[in-house]
Amino acid sequence: MSQVNYTNQNGKLMSDQPKNTTPSSLSDVASKRAESKVAGTQPLGTGLEARGVHAWFDKHHALEDVSLDFSAGTVTALIGPSGCGKSTFIRTLNRMHEFIPHTSMAGQVLLDGKDIYESGIDVTKIRLQIGMVFQKPNPFPSMTIGENVLSGLKLAQLKVDNQEDLLEECLTRAGLWTEVKDRLGAHAGGLSGGQQQRLCIARALAVKPKVLLMDEPCSALDPGSTLRIEETISQLSKSMTIVIVTHNMQQAARVSDYTAFFLSDGGPGQMIEVGPTNEIFSRPRDERTENYVTGRFG
Amino acid sequence: MSIDAPVKVTPPARKITTKPRVSDQIFRAIVTTFSFSALLILSLIALFLLSKGFTTLKEQGFGFITNFEWSVFVDENGVEKATFGLQAMLLGTLVISIIALVIAVPLSVLTALFLTFYAPDRVKRILVTIIDLMAAFPSILYGLWGFFVLMPMAEYWAKLIHKWLGWIYIFDVPDPIYTRSPFIAGLVLSVMIIPIITSVSREVFSQTPLDRIQAAYALGATKWGMIRAVVLPFGAGGVVGGSMLGLGRAFGETVAVFSVLNIVFRTNFQILFTQGGNVASMIIQKWGEAGPSEVSALMAAGLVLFILTLLVNFLANYVVTKTVKSGR
Repeated sequence: MSQVNYTNQNGKLMSDQPKNTTPSSLSDVASKRAESKVAGTQPLGTGLEARGVHAWFDKHHALEDVSLDFSAGTVTALIGPSGCGKSTFIRTLNRMHEFIPHTSMAGQVLLDGKDIYESGIDVTKIRLQIGMVFQKPNPFPSMTIGENVLSGLKLAQLKVDNQEDLLEECLTRAGLWTEVKDRLGAHAGGLSGGQQQRLCIARALAVKPKVLLMDEPCSALDPGSTLRIEETISQLSKSMTIVIVTHNMQQAARVSDYTAFFLSDGGPGQMIEVGPTNEIFSRPRDERTENYVTGRFG
Repeated sequence: MSIDAPVKVTPPARKITTKPRVSDQIFRAIVTTFSFSALLILSLIALFLLSKGFTTLKEQGFGFITNFEWSVFVDENGVEKATFGLQAMLLGTLVISIIALVIAVPLSVLTALFLTFYAPDRVKRILVTIIDLMAAFPSILYGLWGFFVLMPMAEYWAKLIHKWLGWIYIFDVPDPIYTRSPFIAGLVLSVMIIPIITSVSREVFSQTPLDRIQAAYALGATKWGMIRAVVLPFGAGGVVGGSMLGLGRAFGETVAVFSVLNIVFRTNFQILFTQGGNVASMIIQKWGEAGPSEVSALMAAGLVLFILTLLVNFLANYVVTKTVKSGR
């Protein structure tokens, strides 16, 4: 995974690979994204790593042997047709998978080298470090906008000296501050879908996670809101590790550094291929990936 | 020929009507009839009580509610003099019902939370069956159990409460007699209304949207934190509604209270003392030997109880719609 095309100070592509050998709009977008990305300036830990992850629902084997490395400070997109296990996979990464009754998993998920499934570990602490944004915006309707953002602190019983500053910081990073700064005391239910989703992002940011998992965060939103959230993701990727499940390949090309393609051939879902996003979209190694990203199926 | 500026004409709104099919009309007539029959029966009962109790209401006036004396005696000339006042009974009913709620609501909510979020499947199934059975249990059995089993124990508890909290007026007693008190009647009632409140609460708790539960967990919430932030705000309206249903049962409960309460026509707020009131139980106590004028008074008492129950239900509806909005 060291092949990612980071640019140097002058914005010149450092990779010696030829660009756009097979010109397609998706790979263009992905290359542009790679060019604009500047390497993270601060140490972010060693990131998140999945090793041989399997997942079952009851007896149904949903995910088979997925190993993926999410380097600190990168955005990784998980793509693939419905039912390929990508949502299941992302939910194993912060132990949300086990909330569904009768599920099980195998393998390891390492956060900064430490297995989050280790026995005796406090799972609430894990989820504080690995935040999640869901498909459907889910703010707490009984709380105000401000209370929603700070709800994670209350839930995890964390103390912060300056709540006002944190509130503004999180809402700003989520790209929502200017829209809601005059009505922080209003109930969150009055926001539009896109605003609610950005509120959920702000809420996830307030507990300062190292990793943010996003499970199709834009699938319920209009194009304008989607754009805002993608901008937000680009901003955030400078300071944290992001994993995003998306059905929208344009989106994967626009926001991610790496793309992993998942597929199920009727059996358990598998990861077919992973690589720098512009390579996945321009010259994938696997034929199935190529068929999918060129729109021949899925 | 001049060219006129186009004039915007807004057409009047059309009246849209549909003619339902005959089969639909018949079905509609049937459901309408049956649903209104419930209302009809209810109003006929109210009318019946009003007509029978009218004499009393006219003679006693507003005093029927504010007096606490209940006596009929015939003087030397054979003229009947009667005073009927419900104050002690009405307040007694409220006191007992509130005691029952104070005990039953926390127990029921905790039980419902356990059943919804903590109990393993098997335990849950067994407990739900038992609790539903409790709701269908005949109330005379609660009365007998209350009298023979609960009362001796509760008498001891009452003594303890009096010993430590006796300096508070409601826990004080004029004489050290602790049996057949409002406290014990409230205890029995609380056992009777726990199943209702538990099952309504469990129902609303289990409807908590999964995405909100997950949102809380994903923020690093503990289970209790999740329940406090998501489940309780969502279920508050349902808990209030269930409590009001329980309160309705507590108001009307007759036999069980009758077995464990010493009914005295004196307003008493000292809940540990053997002196209490309850409209429904009072009616059954007086019924056997009541003369014509007293029967009228009992009917009027029934009417008052009926109206009280209606009021509580309206209040419950109001509270539920108010609280439900904020939590959902």
